[in-house]
Amino acid sequence: MKKIVQITIVAFGLLLIIGSTASAKESVASLRGTADIEGASLKVTKKKVISQEGGFERNYKQQPPLIPHKIEKYKITLKNNGCLKCHSKKNHKKEKAPMVGESHFLSRDGKKLEKVSTRRYFCNQCHAPQLDANPLVKNEFEGVK
Amino acid sequence: MTSGQKKGTFSVLLIGVILGIILWGGFNWALALTNTETFCISCHEMRDNPYEQLQDTIHFTNRTGVRATCPDCHVPREWIHKIVRKIQASNELYHHFIAKDVDTVEKFEAKKLELAKHVWKAMKETDSRECRNCHNFDSMDFDKQESRSADRHEEAIDKGYTCIDCHKGIAHELPEGYDPGEDAPGGENDEG
Repeated sequence: MKKIVQITIVAFGLLLIIGSTASAKESVASLRGTADIEGASLKVTKKKVISQEGGFERNYKQQPPLIPHKIEKYKITLKNNGCLKCHSKKNHKKEKAPMVGESHFLSRDGKKLEKVSTRRYFCNQCHAPQLDANPLVKNEFEGVK
Repeated sequence: MTSGQKKGTFSVLLIGVILGIILWGGFNWALALTNTETFCISCHEMRDNPYEQLQDTIHFTNRTGVRATCPDCHVPREWIHKIVRKIQASNELYHHFIAKDVDTVEKFEAKKLELAKHVWKAMKETDSRECRNCHNFDSMDFDKQESRSADRHEEAIDKGYTCIDCHKGIAHELPEGYDPGEDAPGGENDEG
Protein backbone atom coordinates (compact mmCIF):
# COMPACT_ATOMS: atom_id res chain seq x y z
CA MET A 1 0.00 0.00 0.00
CA LYS A 2 2.77 2.44 1.02
CA LYS A 3 4.56 1.71 -2.25
CA ILE A 4 1.50 2.50 -4.35
CA VAL A 5 1.06 5.89 -2.61
CA GLN A 6 4.76 6.72 -3.23
CA ILE A 7 4.50 5.82 -6.91
CA THR A 8 1.36 7.92 -7.36
CA ILE A 9 3.00 10.97 -5.72
CA VAL A 10 6.13 10.69 -7.89
CA ALA A 11 3.99 10.21 -11.01
CA PHE A 12 1.92 13.31 -10.18
CA GLY A 13 5.10 15.31 -9.56
CA LEU A 14 6.54 14.27 -12.92
CA LEU A 15 3.29 15.16 -14.70
CA LEU A 16 3.32 18.60 -13.07
CA ILE A 17 6.90 19.30 -14.20
CA ILE A 18 6.26 18.14 -17.76
CA GLY A 19 3.04 20.14 -17.89
CA SER A 20 4.65 23.36 -16.67
CA THR A 21 7.59 23.16 -19.11
CA ALA A 22 5.16 22.56 -21.97
CA SER A 23 3.15 25.68 -21.12
CA ALA A 24 6.35 27.69 -20.63
CA LYS A 25 7.44 26.72 -24.12
CA GLU A 26 4.29 28.26 -25.53
CA SER A 27 4.59 31.55 -23.68
CA VAL A 28 8.29 32.25 -24.48
CA ALA A 29 8.73 34.34 -27.60
CA SER A 30 12.26 34.84 -28.89
CA LEU A 31 13.53 37.54 -31.22
CA ARG A 32 12.31 35.15 -33.89
CA GLY A 33 8.76 35.98 -32.80
CA THR A 34 6.10 33.31 -32.93
CA ALA A 35 7.32 31.96 -36.24
CA ASP A 36 7.41 28.18 -36.40
CA ILE A 37 10.86 26.71 -35.71
CA GLU A 38 10.57 24.42 -38.71
CA GLY A 39 9.28 27.15 -41.02
CA ALA A 40 11.23 29.79 -42.89
CA SER A 41 12.35 32.77 -40.84
CA LEU A 42 10.72 36.14 -41.32
CA LYS A 43 11.93 38.16 -44.25
CA VAL A 44 14.52 40.71 -43.22
CA THR A 45 13.66 44.22 -44.30
CA LYS A 46 16.47 45.79 -46.24
CA LYS A 47 18.11 48.73 -44.52
CA LYS A 48 20.50 51.35 -45.74
CA VAL A 49 23.78 52.28 -44.15
CA ILE A 50 23.64 55.73 -42.55
CA SER A 51 26.01 58.37 -43.85
CA GLN A 52 26.40 61.08 -41.26
CA GLU A 53 28.76 63.96 -41.63
CA GLY A 54 30.76 64.61 -38.48
CA GLY A 55 30.31 61.03 -37.27
CA PHE A 56 28.30 59.54 -34.41
CA GLU A 57 28.55 60.49 -30.74
CA ARG A 58 30.21 57.87 -28.55
CA ASN A 59 27.95 56.01 -26.14
CA TYR A 60 30.57 55.31 -23.51
CA LYS A 61 34.18 56.14 -22.73
CA GLN A 62 36.72 54.58 -25.08
CA GLN A 63 34.06 53.20 -27.38
CA PRO A 64 35.57 52.51 -30.78
CA PRO A 65 34.03 55.26 -32.93
CA LEU A 66 31.20 54.05 -35.18
CA ILE A 67 31.65 54.30 -38.93
CA PRO A 68 29.42 57.04 -40.37
CA HIS A 69 29.59 55.89 -44.01
CA LYS A 70 29.28 52.89 -46.33
CA ILE A 71 32.23 50.53 -46.30
CA GLU A 72 31.39 48.04 -49.03
CA LYS A 73 33.94 49.50 -51.44
CA TYR A 74 36.84 49.36 -48.99
CA LYS A 75 38.40 45.98 -48.59
CA ILE A 76 40.62 44.75 -45.82
CA THR A 77 42.75 41.83 -46.95
CA LEU A 78 46.03 40.37 -45.77
CA LYS A 79 47.70 42.32 -48.58
CA ASN A 80 46.29 45.78 -47.99
CA ASN A 81 43.81 47.79 -46.00
CA GLY A 82 41.43 49.97 -48.00
CA CYS A 83 40.34 52.01 -44.96
CA LEU A 84 43.83 53.48 -44.76
CA LYS A 85 43.31 55.15 -48.13
CA CYS A 86 41.71 57.96 -46.12
CA HIS A 87 42.47 57.22 -42.47
CA SER A 88 46.25 56.76 -42.71
CA LYS A 89 48.75 59.11 -41.11
CA LYS A 90 49.69 60.42 -44.52
CA ASN A 91 46.31 60.90 -46.15
CA HIS A 92 43.88 61.77 -43.36
CA LYS A 93 44.37 65.54 -43.47
CA LYS A 94 43.87 65.72 -47.19
CA GLU A 95 40.82 63.47 -47.04
CA LYS A 96 39.44 65.32 -43.98
CA ALA A 97 39.10 61.98 -42.22
CA PRO A 98 39.99 61.12 -38.62
CA MET A 99 43.36 59.42 -38.32
CA VAL A 100 43.80 55.90 -37.02
CA GLY A 101 44.18 56.30 -33.24
CA GLU A 102 47.70 56.52 -31.79
CA SER A 103 47.01 53.41 -29.72
CA HIS A 104 46.79 51.44 -32.95
CA PHE A 105 50.49 51.93 -33.59
CA LEU A 106 51.54 50.19 -30.38
CA SER A 107 52.65 46.58 -30.29
CA ARG A 108 51.49 44.19 -27.60
CA ASP A 109 54.50 45.19 -25.49
CA GLY A 110 53.80 48.91 -25.85
CA LYS A 111 56.50 49.52 -28.46
CA LYS A 112 55.73 52.22 -31.00
CA LEU A 113 55.51 50.96 -34.58
CA GLU A 114 55.82 52.64 -37.97
CA LYS A 115 52.68 51.02 -39.35
CA VAL A 116 49.34 50.04 -37.86
CA SER A 117 49.90 47.13 -35.50
CA THR A 118 48.73 43.78 -36.82
CA ARG A 119 46.45 43.36 -33.80
CA ARG A 120 44.62 46.55 -34.81
CA TYR A 121 44.68 45.88 -38.54
CA PHE A 122 41.16 44.54 -39.07
CA CYS A 123 39.22 47.77 -38.52
CA ASN A 124 35.73 46.30 -38.63
CA GLN A 125 36.43 43.96 -35.75
CA CYS A 126 35.68 46.95 -33.52
CA HIS A 127 34.38 49.72 -35.79
CA ALA A 128 30.99 49.15 -37.38
CA PRO A 129 28.80 51.05 -39.80
CA GLN A 130 25.24 51.77 -38.64
CA LEU A 131 21.95 50.85 -40.27
CA ASP A 132 18.78 52.86 -40.21
CA ALA A 133 17.04 50.31 -37.96
CA ASN A 134 15.07 50.29 -34.72
CA PRO A 135 16.47 48.31 -31.78
CA LEU A 136 15.12 44.74 -31.70
CA VAL A 137 14.38 45.08 -28.00
CA LYS A 138 13.11 48.31 -26.49
CA ASN A 139 15.49 49.76 -23.94
CA GLU A 140 16.18 52.98 -22.10
CA PHE A 141 19.91 53.09 -22.52
CA GLU A 142 21.39 56.55 -22.56
CA GLY A 143 24.92 57.21 -23.67
CA VAL A 144 27.40 59.33 -21.75
CA LYS A 145 26.79 63.01 -22.15
CA MET B 1 40.13 47.73 -125.66
CA THR B 2 38.81 44.50 -127.11
CA SER B 3 35.85 42.86 -125.54
CA GLY B 4 38.18 40.17 -124.13
CA GLN B 5 40.35 42.80 -122.39
CA LYS B 6 37.18 44.43 -121.02
CA LYS B 7 36.06 41.09 -119.66
CA GLY B 8 39.48 40.57 -118.04
CA THR B 9 39.46 43.96 -116.31
CA PHE B 10 35.97 43.34 -115.10
CA SER B 11 36.77 39.94 -113.62
CA VAL B 12 39.92 41.29 -111.89
CA LEU B 13 37.79 44.04 -110.36
CA LEU B 14 35.13 41.57 -109.29
CA ILE B 15 37.67 39.24 -107.69
CA GLY B 16 39.21 42.24 -105.95
CA VAL B 17 35.91 43.31 -104.50
CA ILE B 18 35.03 39.81 -103.31
CA LEU B 19 38.48 39.26 -101.81
CA GLY B 20 38.26 42.68 -100.18
CA ILE B 21 34.95 41.83 -98.55
CA ILE B 22 36.22 38.48 -97.32
CA LEU B 23 39.58 39.74 -96.01
CA TRP B 24 38.46 43.04 -94.48
CA GLY B 25 35.26 41.49 -93.21
CA GLY B 26 37.20 38.58 -91.74
CA PHE B 27 39.70 40.94 -90.12
CA ASN B 28 36.93 42.94 -88.52
CA TRP B 29 35.15 39.76 -87.48
CA ALA B 30 38.31 38.48 -85.77
CA LEU B 31 38.84 41.88 -84.15
CA ALA B 32 35.31 41.89 -82.77
CA LEU B 33 35.54 38.29 -81.63
CA THR B 34 38.74 38.90 -79.68
CA ASN B 35 37.13 41.95 -78.09
CA THR B 36 34.63 40.03 -75.97
CA GLU B 37 34.82 38.98 -72.37
CA THR B 38 34.12 35.38 -73.36
CA PHE B 39 37.34 35.44 -75.37
CA CYS B 40 39.33 37.08 -72.54
CA ILE B 41 38.31 34.49 -69.96
CA SER B 42 38.84 31.57 -72.30
CA CYS B 43 42.35 31.58 -70.77
CA HIS B 44 42.34 30.32 -67.18
CA GLU B 45 44.78 33.04 -66.11
CA MET B 46 42.16 35.68 -66.78
CA ARG B 47 39.22 33.60 -65.60
CA ASP B 48 40.74 32.66 -62.22
CA ASN B 49 42.35 35.97 -61.32
CA PRO B 50 41.13 39.30 -62.68
CA TYR B 51 37.68 38.06 -63.67
CA GLU B 52 37.17 36.32 -60.34
CA GLN B 53 38.07 39.50 -58.48
CA LEU B 54 35.99 41.72 -60.73
CA GLN B 55 32.80 39.97 -59.68
CA ASP B 56 32.87 41.43 -56.16
CA THR B 57 33.17 44.99 -57.37
CA ILE B 58 30.72 47.66 -58.44
CA HIS B 59 31.76 47.23 -62.07
CA PHE B 60 30.15 43.78 -62.03
CA THR B 61 27.50 43.85 -59.29
CA ASN B 62 25.46 46.97 -58.62
CA ARG B 63 22.01 48.51 -58.21
CA THR B 64 21.13 48.99 -61.84
CA GLY B 65 22.63 45.87 -63.40
CA VAL B 66 24.78 47.77 -65.86
CA ARG B 67 28.26 46.30 -65.97
CA ALA B 68 31.64 46.70 -67.56
CA THR B 69 33.29 43.82 -69.40
CA CYS B 70 37.07 43.37 -69.71
CA PRO B 71 37.48 45.18 -73.07
CA ASP B 72 35.43 48.16 -71.87
CA CYS B 73 38.33 49.15 -69.64
CA HIS B 74 41.30 47.40 -71.20
CA VAL B 75 40.85 47.90 -74.96
CA PRO B 76 40.72 51.43 -76.40
CA ARG B 77 37.73 52.21 -78.59
CA GLU B 78 39.45 54.38 -81.18
CA TRP B 79 40.69 52.31 -84.10
CA ILE B 80 44.38 53.19 -84.09
CA HIS B 81 44.80 52.77 -80.30
CA LYS B 82 42.83 49.56 -80.48
CA ILE B 83 45.17 48.08 -83.11
CA VAL B 84 48.22 49.11 -81.05
CA ARG B 85 46.74 47.38 -77.99
CA LYS B 86 45.89 44.28 -80.03
CA ILE B 87 49.50 44.03 -81.21
CA GLN B 88 50.75 44.45 -77.63
CA ALA B 89 48.43 41.62 -76.64
CA SER B 90 50.61 39.17 -78.56
CA ASN B 91 52.96 39.52 -75.57
CA GLU B 92 50.20 38.03 -73.43
CA LEU B 93 50.07 35.03 -75.78
CA TYR B 94 53.81 34.56 -75.22
CA HIS B 95 53.33 34.51 -71.44
CA HIS B 96 50.40 32.10 -71.74
CA PHE B 97 51.89 29.59 -74.15
CA ILE B 98 55.67 29.80 -73.68
CA ALA B 99 56.79 31.61 -70.51
CA LYS B 100 53.91 30.22 -68.38
CA ASP B 101 54.81 32.62 -65.56
CA VAL B 102 51.27 33.44 -64.41
CA ASP B 103 49.64 30.05 -64.89
CA THR B 104 48.76 29.51 -61.22
CA VAL B 105 46.98 31.82 -58.79
CA GLU B 106 50.14 31.97 -56.67
CA LYS B 107 52.36 32.96 -59.59
CA PHE B 108 49.80 35.54 -60.66
CA GLU B 109 49.66 37.05 -57.16
CA ALA B 110 53.45 37.22 -57.03
CA LYS B 111 53.53 39.17 -60.28
CA LYS B 112 50.45 41.26 -59.65
CA LEU B 113 52.13 44.44 -58.43
CA GLU B 114 54.21 44.61 -61.60
CA LEU B 115 51.20 43.91 -63.82
CA ALA B 116 49.05 46.44 -61.97
CA LYS B 117 51.76 49.09 -62.32
CA HIS B 118 51.75 48.58 -66.09
CA VAL B 119 48.01 49.20 -66.25
CA TRP B 120 48.18 52.20 -63.89
CA LYS B 121 50.97 53.72 -65.97
CA ALA B 122 49.08 53.19 -69.22
CA MET B 123 45.92 54.73 -67.77
CA LYS B 124 47.83 57.69 -66.41
CA GLU B 125 49.43 58.30 -69.80
CA THR B 126 46.11 58.23 -71.64
CA ASP B 127 44.41 60.41 -68.99
CA SER B 128 42.22 57.40 -68.10
CA ARG B 129 40.77 57.35 -71.62
CA GLU B 130 38.88 54.07 -71.18
CA CYS B 131 37.27 55.20 -67.89
CA ARG B 132 36.05 58.32 -69.61
CA ASN B 133 34.24 56.34 -72.27
CA CYS B 134 31.52 56.03 -69.63
CA HIS B 135 32.45 58.43 -66.81
CA ASN B 136 32.42 62.04 -67.83
CA PHE B 137 33.06 65.03 -65.55
CA ASP B 138 30.60 67.08 -67.63
CA SER B 139 27.81 64.64 -66.85
CA MET B 140 28.56 64.34 -63.14
CA ASP B 141 26.02 65.99 -60.86
CA PHE B 142 28.14 66.94 -57.87
CA ASP B 143 24.99 67.71 -55.86
CA LYS B 144 24.05 64.07 -56.07
CA GLN B 145 27.44 62.88 -54.90
CA GLU B 146 28.52 62.65 -51.31
CA SER B 147 30.09 65.92 -50.29
CA ARG B 148 33.50 64.33 -49.95
CA SER B 149 33.42 62.86 -53.46
CA ALA B 150 32.14 66.13 -54.90
CA ASP B 151 34.96 68.10 -53.22
CA ARG B 152 37.61 65.70 -54.46
CA HIS B 153 36.22 65.63 -58.00
CA GLU B 154 36.23 69.42 -58.17
CA GLU B 155 39.80 69.41 -56.93
CA ALA B 156 40.67 66.81 -59.59
CA ILE B 157 39.29 69.04 -62.34
CA ASP B 158 41.21 72.06 -61.04
CA LYS B 159 44.50 70.25 -60.61
CA GLY B 160 44.20 67.97 -63.61
CA TYR B 161 44.23 64.65 -61.79
CA THR B 162 43.13 61.64 -63.74
CA CYS B 163 40.73 58.88 -62.63
CA ILE B 164 43.39 56.26 -61.87
CA ASP B 165 45.24 58.65 -59.53
CA CYS B 166 42.63 57.92 -56.85
CA HIS B 167 40.58 55.00 -58.12
CA LYS B 168 43.07 52.16 -57.95
CA GLY B 169 41.86 48.68 -57.15
CA ILE B 170 38.22 49.42 -57.92
CA ALA B 171 37.68 46.57 -60.36
CA HIS B 172 40.24 44.06 -59.07
CA GLU B 173 41.81 43.49 -55.67
CA LEU B 174 44.84 45.63 -54.90
CA PRO B 175 48.17 43.83 -55.24
CA GLU B 176 50.40 42.98 -52.31
CA GLY B 177 53.07 45.62 -51.83
CA TYR B 178 50.80 48.55 -52.66
CA ASP B 179 49.75 50.55 -49.62
CA PRO B 180 46.65 52.68 -50.21
CA GLY B 181 47.53 54.63 -47.07
CA GLU B 182 50.72 55.93 -48.66
CA ASP B 183 49.31 56.90 -52.04
CA ALA B 184 47.40 60.11 -52.67
CA PRO B 185 47.31 62.15 -55.87
CA GLY B 186 49.63 65.11 -55.79
CA GLY B 187 51.66 63.52 -53.00
CA GLU B 188 55.35 62.72 -53.34
CA ASN B 189 54.58 59.01 -53.46
CA ASP B 190 52.22 59.40 -56.40
CA GLU B 191 52.67 56.16 -58.33
CA GLY B 192 52.55 55.70 -62.04
